[in-house]
Amino acid sequence: MTLALALLIGVLFTIALYLMMRRNLVKVLIGLIILSNAINLFIFTLGRLVRGRPPLIPAGETALQPPYADPLPQALILTAIVISFGVTAFAIALMRQAYQVLGTSDLNELRDTDIQPRYHPDYHHAESEEEGH
Amino acid sequence: MRGRSEILATAARYLMPLLIVFSIFLLLRGHNEIGGGFVGGLVASVAIVLYMLAEGVQAARDLLKIEPRLLIAIGLLVALSSAMLAWMVNQPFMTGLWWKHPLPVVGKVGTPLVFDLGVYLTVMGTTLMILFTLAED
Amino acid sequence: MGDYLVLFPLIVPLFFAILSLFAWRAITWQRVLAVAGTLILFSSGLALLDVVTREGIRTVQIGNWPPPYGISLVVDAFSALMVVIAGGLAVLIAIFSLGSMDEARLRYGFYPLFFVLLMGVCGAFITGDIFNLYVWFEVMLMASFVLIALGGERAQLEGALKYVILNLLSSALFLSATAVLYSLTGTLNMADLSIRLRTTIAPDLVTTVAVMYLIAFSIKAAVFPLFFWLPASYHTPPVTVTALFSGLLTKVGVYALIRVFTLLFLADVAFTHTLILVLGGFTMVTGVLGAAAQYDIRRLLSFHIISQIGYLLMGLGLFSQPALAATLYFMAHVIIAKAVLFLIAEVMYRMGGSFDLRHLGGFYQAYPWLALGFLLPALSLAGIPPLSGFFGKLALVQAGLAQGQFGIVSVSLAVSLLTLFSMTKIWNEGFWKPAPKELRPLSGSMGQRVALILPIALMGLITLGLGLGAEPVYAFAEQAAAQLLDPGAYVAAVIGGLP
Repeated sequence: MTLALALLIGVLFTIALYLMMRRNLVKVLIGLIILSNAINLFIFTLGRLVRGRPPLIPAGETALQPPYADPLPQALILTAIVISFGVTAFAIALMRQAYQVLGTSDLNELRDTDIQPRYHPDYHHAESEEEGH
Repeated sequence: MRGRSEILATAARYLMPLLIVFSIFLLLRGHNEIGGGFVGGLVASVAIVLYMLAEGVQAARDLLKIEPRLLIAIGLLVALSSAMLAWMVNQPFMTGLWWKHPLPVVGKVGTPLVFDLGVYLTVMGTTLMILFTLAED
Repeated sequence: MGDYLVLFPLIVPLFFAILSLFAWRAITWQRVLAVAGTLILFSSGLALLDVVTREGIRTVQIGNWPPPYGISLVVDAFSALMVVIAGGLAVLIAIFSLGSMDEARLRYGFYPLFFVLLMGVCGAFITGDIFNLYVWFEVMLMASFVLIALGGERAQLEGALKYVILNLLSSALFLSATAVLYSLTGTLNMADLSIRLRTTIAPDLVTTVAVMYLIAFSIKAAVFPLFFWLPASYHTPPVTVTALFSGLLTKVGVYALIRVFTLLFLADVAFTHTLILVLGGFTMVTGVLGAAAQYDIRRLLSFHIISQIGYLLMGLGLFSQPALAATLYFMAHVIIAKAVLFLIAEVMYRMGGSFDLRHLGGFYQAYPWLALGFLLPALSLAGIPPLSGFFGKLALVQAGLAQGQFGIVSVSLAVSLLTLFSMTKIWNEGFWKPAPKELRPLSGSMGQRVALILPIALMGLITLGLGLGAEPVYAFAEQAAAQLLDPGAYVAAVIGGLP
């Protein structure tokens, strides 16, 4: 079972990273979503797959009786899901807004903040446009 | 908004109270069983969103009566106060305090339930704020 | 009292975020709340610093669950120092925002987000649990995502996209590394981790995890070669936001690096810390060289953020008490000096109508006080005595020489010269050369102008004070560094501190 999950996690990570390196914003977004799911599975698998009792010490005993399942990875995953829920919602809204304002979803065309800025209001007022410094 | 669907509107009218009751059920049983404030808040916002899909954003806002932003603020305030209650009995922050007598229907009452209520309201407010904003433009 | 104080850095920002949410439409109230809230945060930070200095490391077990099962909050001298710096910077930025932030952004919730960001930052400083650190990072990131996109200008949206995607990737790596760490040790409490990692059965895997954390935090701290998102996004939001980010966000990344590489990953210091040292050297050089090509002040300063991160890493990489003390001192210096330069850029923009140095000039002649306000932090960054940057760099260089690390020492000195060159460029272009067009005096009411100038004056004085009064600050940094180099004390305070 661990092996199957390990393979699945590997495949999911591959898909996610491949998508994140695409030029299209939507594919990057899907990549991010798959990535967060891959990591959740990763935490789940690394927390040991055990079919066991809840980790409660029975009355009269002082130690846990194996086999018991560790609940912590699931708590971590739950937190991670909540966080990725919020982050994904924001990313979708941002990408939608960016597409509407910038008019493109091609990341290769989004280079204005990397090179000389063109969009700043002060550049419209400047007397001389010195492009390509 | 495309044309209003009578089927969806009718279904929403009957499903919505059901979903709200279910969300409160989830909230109350959340401490020891499956459920809790987060999922309860999600189900509650699904109820409102269903109504929004059927009747439009403005109708849903009117139904909610309170702004989602205020829901977040109230939820956070409730959660924070429940966590700070522990200080009044000289316990570390967020220590769970339980009332000895369980109430009928609700069950065991304590600060973790109040905290969950805060989470419920915050999640509901956040989800609705995002979805209203997305649906509006 | 100490136990309440430990939680104040979390509760105060959260409470004021809630209050500003209630005061959504009452912008004036939000402004009052912003200044009051940051002042309370700053003073509770000072009180916490005092308690930690007198009584040693303070811990709180959230919900009274015993460690290592519950989440511990741990405040040592380093954490307290960072809370104080963050609180102090927050006060100054809050004052500056009174004059600089536009109404539209205030109506869309600038102040609530500002407080949520502060809560995330302070949470990261005081948590003693590695997963909780992840959660605070995300709280901080969510607030910063919205802050960077708030206003929705073209450049902002584009910068925000890059910022969001790269930071989410870094968070993903952080979370994966934490998963591996948990499967190795079965714990997330940093004190408990510190014990278990020392007796681990798989030292190679631990080093792998260490490098995963190094990469994850390096993206957040904008370390070479993972810094490209920073100059592509930091100059896009309003300068008030940029100043806040420059002072706090990358520094939280550095804080996390220092925390995990002094407490957890000490198994293979020869490899990991040398790697950090090398990365620090490259970060310094690429940052300052990148700045040389820039004409937009905000982009120029963004590259300088990167360069200064290199110095912080140098102290961690050298990994000795004097070097770490120098890093902590340098951290205090650089957060203030960097933020004030951004604020001056905003004032220059308001008077000269541009962020581009080619379109600016004449400030020395027209506004000598602003020139002085610029010179203090600029010369301090370049390392001119008797300003704060000089002592920070002196201490770093001395620590490097003491350990025979001549390579990094010569790199750091060369970068210092280049920084001076870069600051001279701003000076020549922006202040010295005749103004290409008429400078306007600051517009707005008297109160707004005071709000713009007061933080700059105060930060200039702090820079001067940190330099002239270097002795007590440095003594404190040495005490904090000694604490960092003694993980045993941290562990004892958390795990041994049971009632």
